[in-house]
Amino acid sequence: MKQKPESGARRFVSKKVATLLCATIFIVAVAASAFRNDAPPVKEITFNTINRDSLASVQAFEIVYKTLMSPRCMNCHPAGDVPLQGDDSHLHAMGPRRGVDGKGVYAMKCSNCHQETNTAGLHMPPGNPDWHLPPASMKMVFQGKSAHELAKQLVDKKQNGNKDMKKLIEHADDDLVLAGWDPGEGRTLPPVTHAEFKKAWITWLQSGAFAPKK
Amino acid sequence: MAKITLNINKKDYPLEVDPQMPLLWAIRDLAGLKGTKYGCGVAQCGACVVHLDGEAVRSCVTRVSRAAEKKVVTIEGLSETNSHPVQKAWQEIDVPQCGYCHSGQIMSAAVLLREKPNPTDQDIDDAMSGNICRCGTYLRIREAIHTAAELQKKTGTKG
Repeated sequence: MKQKPESGARRFVSKKVATLLCATIFIVAVAASAFRNDAPPVKEITFNTINRDSLASVQAFEIVYKTLMSPRCMNCHPAGDVPLQGDDSHLHAMGPRRGVDGKGVYAMKCSNCHQETNTAGLHMPPGNPDWHLPPASMKMVFQGKSAHELAKQLVDKKQNGNKDMKKLIEHADDDLVLAGWDPGEGRTLPPVTHAEFKKAWITWLQSGAFAPKK
Repeated sequence: MAKITLNINKKDYPLEVDPQMPLLWAIRDLAGLKGTKYGCGVAQCGACVVHLDGEAVRSCVTRVSRAAEKKVVTIEGLSETNSHPVQKAWQEIDVPQCGYCHSGQIMSAAVLLREKPNPTDQDIDDAMSGNICRCGTYLRIREAIHTAAELQKKTGTKG
């Protein structure tokens, strides 16, 4: 079939559109060149960006979170100034207070009952030479925190006692952290082994310490 | 068994004991000082409080081995003539009813007044909440601690 020749008016419109398109491309190209940087990109070398992987980090934090929210960890990270007790995390009998240094007050200091090692017997006071809550200046509350809130708090130097990544990793082997896995008779263990917790803790930190969305 | 010398009320007691033995057993049964009482045996009531290097420990869960090389003070050694401000205040207010818990109460109160010479009611609650009194003499205990604080201030004596 023979094609119909295009009308004069339609040809005029096509030329106008083509001209406008060319002008736009020119303007964009000139504007873009003004922001061009020929220097090679500088890779930011900080500890928490070495292996940034938000998926692996958040997955690892699931294990960290369920461990830290278990009674063996959370009971000494209460929202108030009285420690928690038992697998149901009730307020500690006798209502001992945190005090400035986290070691109690007056006649109610932690080590008055908590000995250097666990006292034998069901539900007897667990022990450690340095038994204490976080100090008043750095309460590091776990109780009531969402995974998002806790993740943010753990790596915030203003809230974690100025701990950097190295110190945070070392903290996994702190004597009182380890005491959570030797809680004495009548108390459940955290949901994972200390080795599993430590692996998840380090993975979370080294892959960027990403906070879960919730 | 181990040889452990306990210094109780400024006197040495050379003992041959199981180092795991509760300090309370050694104080009562081996040193023969019966003023410190057995209450619950699980660090819940405070009847057995003594001072270990000045701290109000519960002797029912404190092992003898922890007290070696340290100074133990029991109710008998708080003062030589029952003249400690807390003891005088306890007499003045006539605090005890049955009296069983009061050696522990007095030892705890003495630590409070040493660390906080003018305690508020809240300080008293914070310090004494671990000392249980089945007779319910808590109001008199509070009054006596305030009185002891006044006595301490007037006489210049320290707990």
